[in-house]
Amino acid sequence: MTAETATGTMADAPGRWTTRFKRVPVTLALAWAVVFIVLAWAALPSLFAGYSGTEGVPGEQLRPPSAEHVLGTDGLGRDVYARIVYGARHSLSGAFVAVTVGLILGTLLGLIAGARGGWIDAVIMRLVDSMLAVPSLLLSLSIIVLLGFGTINVAIAVGAVSIARFARLARSEVVRVRRSEYVEAAYGSGGTFWAVLYRHVLPNSLTSVIALAALQFGSAILAISTLGFLGYGAPPPTPEWGLLIAEGRNYLSRAWWLTAAPGLVVVLVVLSADRISKALGRTAP
Amino acid sequence: MARYLLGRVGQALAVLALTFTAAFLLLQVLPGDAIMIKFMSPDMGLSADQIAEIRASYGADRPLWERYLTTVGNFLTGNFGISIQAGVPVSQQLATNLPSTLLLASLAFAAALILTILLATLSNMVGMEWLRAGLQSLPSLFVSVPVFWLGIMLIQIFSFQLGLVSVISPGPVEKLVLPVLTLAIPISAPLAQILMRNIDQVLAQPFVAVARAKGASRNWVLWRHVARNAIMPTLTIAGVLFGELLAGAVVTEAVFGLSGLGGLTYQAVGNHDTAVLQAIVVISALAFVTINLIVDLLYPVLDPRLGTKGGAAT
Repeated sequence: MTAETATGTMADAPGRWTTRFKRVPVTLALAWAVVFIVLAWAALPSLFAGYSGTEGVPGEQLRPPSAEHVLGTDGLGRDVYARIVYGARHSLSGAFVAVTVGLILGTLLGLIAGARGGWIDAVIMRLVDSMLAVPSLLLSLSIIVLLGFGTINVAIAVGAVSIARFARLARSEVVRVRRSEYVEAAYGSGGTFWAVLYRHVLPNSLTSVIALAALQFGSAILAISTLGFLGYGAPPPTPEWGLLIAEGRNYLSRAWWLTAAPGLVVVLVVLSADRISKALGRTAP
Repeated sequence: MARYLLGRVGQALAVLALTFTAAFLLLQVLPGDAIMIKFMSPDMGLSADQIAEIRASYGADRPLWERYLTTVGNFLTGNFGISIQAGVPVSQQLATNLPSTLLLASLAFAAALILTILLATLSNMVGMEWLRAGLQSLPSLFVSVPVFWLGIMLIQIFSFQLGLVSVISPGPVEKLVLPVLTLAIPISAPLAQILMRNIDQVLAQPFVAVARAKGASRNWVLWRHVARNAIMPTLTIAGVLFGELLAGAVVTEAVFGLSGLGGLTYQAVGNHDTAVLQAIVVISALAFVTINLIVDLLYPVLDPRLGTKGGAAT
């Protein structure tokens, strides 16, 4: 019994980079492979897809998966695989914007709160608490109502929701590091507040912040596809993943591949982000 | 203890006040508000003066601080304003939509609990290593599945491929089976994750080894000693779970075309019906804060070890 738990914690514990690279778990290697493939799709879609992502071929509507169309075609004769490949750019860039918004604003707020303390800390953290008190989907929806529909607005709305999580993590890391002896020593040897923050606190808090960023990347893709499905994202011809699933919904009885394929891609990408985040460090609090 | 209690309640009230204010600023200070959207449309055929008159009747022309104070007063007396699109009080809309969502959410929660306990027990009783690993990674998979896609796939499989659940005019029970399942799976994921982690932690404690050394079987230890200690910490995510249930209901109701709070939210976003949205945001925050407050205050009672420290729960 104790042996089981011991191996469990050893696998979870972040080791040194060198020891970790010697034996990369299969699942982790697969996760990186998925991420690289999807990134390649986003960078050079025309290299991977033989068909257009938005133009259909007349007379080839609703073809089931075959050698010619790997994942079949949709109601307008568009190749589903091509649409997924071209959609990677929309979904990934949206998630990237979302994570950037959350990472920069959240970490900044958390750093200030943790480093300054006092009433500034109290005000920022109550603000963060109130952001966490509202379900993330409702918060995103409220921000979308303010900003209007569209890809970028959805990404910003999703990112704004994650500000609270980044702020909490950054603050707890700063508070943890601030109490350590070498930070005390850095102050003692004449370091200014911002210099110590930059030289000592930030690098030591970075690992867990990056791990959270990887995790948030996955949940951002999930949230963006949900909002795209509800119709708040990009308008219809766009091959955004959530929208693909929403469109395929009209052909449920006749063409299962229209909804199954893009959904599976979303699941794989989110799972991979989750796996990578776990490997990068401890997961979100 | 009284000091801790007061501080904790004060904190909860501060969070609520902040949420209310933020929601008000976010939703009521819109460039294109609901009144404009409804009455500006050409087929209404209203002149600018008439629209101004309508705006005045809703109080939209008064200064911001005045509207803020009025809204605060109204919310405190249980008046959530009027839905511009539907033309009825928001509280009335909430009352008509609440029961169906409450039914869906509570059934889904019950199903999620069953699923969680099943997963946690199985993963601790199964001997085969690969099966155990598979069961333990299931929650991560559940978290990664988009709720709306899950719903669609369930319709696909159970209605169209297997023909088990009718899509055309299903019975009252039949209608709820797939939505409940759709909502239960993502809800069970965080629950199962935290429960499995807790079980592992408790199993590593010395008293388990003592109980085993005394001759207790693995299952006896699991049910008599570990379960009690592992279930308690799952209470701390009760508030988060509530939020997930509500958000999941929005998506589930949209996928299955059910009426309820989710459908109401969905329509309110499309129509910029900010009064409805603000009420839903504030009420969900109120529920979240209340649940967390109760858990925080109850925790030292349930776990006497925390009683002396009090604030440890935060």
